[in-house]
Order: sequence, then structure tokens, then C-alpha cells
Amino acid sequence: MTSFLHRHPRVRLAGLLSAPLLWLGVAYLGALAVLLVSAFWSVNTFTGQVVREFTVANFRTILTEEVYRNVTLRSLGVAASVTVICVVLAVPMAFYMAKVASPRTRKWLVIAILTPLWASYLVKAYAWRILLANDGPMDSIFGGPGYGLTAVVLVLSYMWLPYMILPIYAGLERLPDSMLEASADLGARAGRTFRRIVLPILIPSVFAGSIFTFSLSLGDYITVQIVGGKSQLIGNLVYANIGAANNLPFAAAIATVPVVIMVIYLVAVRRSGALEEL
Amino acid sequence: MTLSRYAQWALRAFMALGLLFIYVPLMLVLINSFNGDRTFGWPPHDFTTRWWSAAWDNTGARSALLTSVKAGLGATAIALVLGTMVAFAVQRFKFFGRDTLSLLIVLPIALPGIVTGIALDSAWRSVIEPLGIGKGLFSVIVGHATFCVVTIYNNVLARLRRTGINLEDASADLGASPGQTFRYVTFPMIRSALLAGGLLAFALSFDEIIVTTFTAGPGVTTLPIWIFNNLFRPNQAPVVNVVAAVLVVLSVVPVWLAQRVAGPEAGASRT
Repeated sequence: MTSFLHRHPRVRLAGLLSAPLLWLGVAYLGALAVLLVSAFWSVNTFTGQVVREFTVANFRTILTEEVYRNVTLRSLGVAASVTVICVVLAVPMAFYMAKVASPRTRKWLVIAILTPLWASYLVKAYAWRILLANDGPMDSIFGGPGYGLTAVVLVLSYMWLPYMILPIYAGLERLPDSMLEASADLGARAGRTFRRIVLPILIPSVFAGSIFTFSLSLGDYITVQIVGGKSQLIGNLVYANIGAANNLPFAAAIATVPVVIMVIYLVAVRRSGALEEL
Repeated sequence: MTLSRYAQWALRAFMALGLLFIYVPLMLVLINSFNGDRTFGWPPHDFTTRWWSAAWDNTGARSALLTSVKAGLGATAIALVLGTMVAFAVQRFKFFGRDTLSLLIVLPIALPGIVTGIALDSAWRSVIEPLGIGKGLFSVIVGHATFCVVTIYNNVLARLRRTGINLEDASADLGASPGQTFRYVTFPMIRSALLAGGLLAFALSFDEIIVTTFTAGPGVTTLPIWIFNNLFRPNQAPVVNVVAAVLVVLSVVPVWLAQRVAGPEAGASRT
């Protein structure tokens, strides 16, 4: 048996791949495919039964009705704002960790950034619900912003910040200090060194982090429910159409919107080498 | 690039502010669990430990914790097997579609959770339920395992790339059977990677709420679902506060474990 396997590497390979491919390739991709197909079905308004006939009515509704366009744009706006805020906060922090802090401090800083990642998502959202409550700490110190879209952007940035810091830190850490010194010795000022040496390292890491911040923000509907007040994002629409409206085909059609956006985004950033930085 | 003193201080101050931003909300949760005021007015006036004993006696929270642990262990076990298999296949063989495979494994966490959630839900209802297996804890485990595979895969793959196959070749040359080589050479090499990946997988599963919402059968309540269900009920606030505080404290454990077992780089990536 073992010698047979040894002489037939293809059989070994098939053995290794069979179970994972059945699970992810057949079951998971299959489920996604069925979801995609069901987006072209409809629901009988009287019986509530799914009608398995091809129609593009769902997509026509999403593309033509203003509500859906607004929610899509709002979700994209939130995801983009969160990503930008995370980059702005993460780059100086990661730079300090990788290039300024002493090795001892650096170790503790990495732990300090890692630990909150293990704290529960819901607990963080809940903490902000307390912080942002009427007469809560934020309200009494800053007089706002209260629950709403600003709160959603703030809380999502808070949640995903470590996901942005870590890939940037990992990228900068691989950049040898001697290269920065060489650049300075050759007469480059700090600004030029940053543009020519640091930035090319930074860009794939930032894209890698942005995959998390963008995708996680785009699909979120829990934080929106907890601190968003009345505002809605794509996720809430999908959720509402499965639950209360019981219209799975329409929910599936809305759900394709973030998927299409994410696939375009992944393909776009893949060329920068971001996927290897994950 | 030699930074000026001013720039160094500016960066240090920025770092401190960033850490403050990250930790103040978590500290608030801890403080609030001792807040003596029932309406949790801010700032707190008196402190008490009675919410902690109330939470300990709360059967809902305790059974939810148990369910979460079961789901996490189940999903981690499946992910360990599947993730290791794919990592070996990708590292040790060349085959058609190898690059696509890594994309396929990232997909369940790259796509929004709600998409994975409803896809699995409708597939379960139309394919597996007719076979007589309704949604329950098992469907939660299946859903979680799907997005946990990536953590094991990445950790094991990185380890295999670093170690190479010289030691295994040497072991075979010295007459070890493939089974012995795996047991005495390969497995010890990847053990800490499995542990780091397994920790991540368990944490991902333990914290997951969206996929869980769609794959859980009636009556299956994981801890995040329990918290979410009780979040908007003012009379449950004291117990929710304590559960939240416990989770904040517990988040130190995996980081500490990863540091002890595999060195600082082990926990450095969550995927």
C-alpha cells in the first residue's frame, strides 16, 4: 500500500485534495453557485413560494430603484471611509513599531496590537454602544456623535484597525534599516526616502490590509444595528429580505452586489502582490 | 532615513494615542461590569461584584458558552484536517489550478459573512435537510469549518515552505517507513504551526455571529448569539456587561499561549 502510494504521486495528491475539494470546491462553491442562480428566480407574492423561472426582475429593481442605489453607494462610502481612516491611523503606528521603537518595546507593541483582535467583535460593538449612548462618556465629553452613520464609520474603523496595522508592520519590518541609512547617506532627504524606499514596500501591505477593512465593512450589518441608529447598509437589506420579507431570491440578488465589488477589488489589488501579504 | 527628534516624538505620541483609542473602550467594559448603578450611569458612583455572581448563575449564558466551545472545537478539528491536507498538496505537488486553489480557500473569509451564511443556509435546506439532517449544532460546525480552513492552511503552508523536505528525504534514506517519517519528522516540524493555526481557527469560530445566525438550528445559541439577543434588553444589561468583561479578559489567553509555544511571529497574522 505505502509503496504503491510512493510510486504514484498523483494518487497521493488525489488523496490529499479529495476531501478539501469536496468540501470547498463542491459544497461551498456549489452553495454559492445556487445562491447566484436563485438571484434570477422570484417569489410568488400570494403563496410566498419560490418560483424557479429565469427572470432579471430582481436585478432590474436593484439597478433602477433609487433606494438600492443609495444604499449601495452609502455602503461603498462607509467601506472606503473606514479603509482610509485605518490607513491614516495604521501607517504612523506601524512605522513607529517597525522603525523607531526599540526591539524590546516593539515586542510589547505587537502584543498590544494583537490582543484586541482576540476580544469579541460583539463586545467591541457593545463597548461603543455604551460609549456613544445619550449622556454616555462620548456625549458628555464631545457632545456627540450619537448613534448614526458617523458612529458606524468610527466603530468599524476601531474594529478593523489591527487588521491594517499588522500587514503594514510586517511589510516595514522586512525593510532593512540599512536601506534607509544608505538612502540618507546618498543624500536623500526623509521625504524622498519615504517616497522611493518606504512607499513601494508600503503599497502591497496597505492593499492587503484594505482587503480586510473593505470586505469586512461591506458585509457588516451587526455593528449597523448596534450603533447605526436608523441607517442601513447592504447587509441590512439582505438580512431584511431573508427574515421579515422572506424573499430569498431578492436577498440573493442584493448579496451579489458586495460579492461583485469584492471580486473586482481582489482582482484589482492582486496585481500589486497584496494577496501574498495576507 | 534618520528621523529628527521632533518626528520621533510625534510618532511616539501618535502611537500612544492610537493605543489609547484601542484600549479605552475595552477598559470601559471592564469598569462597567462593576458599576453599582442599575442604569449604568456614567461616571459610575459605586462599585459592586454582585453582577458577577448574577452572571455566574445565569443558565442561558452558561449553556451558550458551552455551545460555543463545542462549535469551536468541532470546527477547529475539521479545519485542522482539511487545511493540513491542502497545505501539503500545494507545497509538495505541482498541479493544474494550484493558484486558484489558494484563492478558493481565502474566499469564505474574503466574501462578506452574510453571503457565506445565506449560501450555506439555502444549500443545507435544499440538499441536506431532505436527507433527514436538520439544522442544529452540526450545521454551525460545518459553516465555521468552511472559513476556518484558511488559518490552518496559511500556518502549515508557511511552515512547510520554511522547513523544506531535506529532513524527510534523510529520514526515508535512513530506512524509515512513510508512517514513521510522518510521525517522527514531519509532524513535530508542523506541530507548532498546527497549534497557532488551531488557536486562530477556534478564536474565529468562537467570535463568529453572522454565519452562525444563518446556519444555527432552532434552540442552538452560541455565546455571540446570546449576547446579541440580550444586547437590547435593559434588564439583562448587568449580565451582558459581565460576559463582555470576561471575554475581554479571556482575549489575553491565546496571545499568551501563542507567545509561549511558537514565539512572537506565530500570532502575527490572523489569517
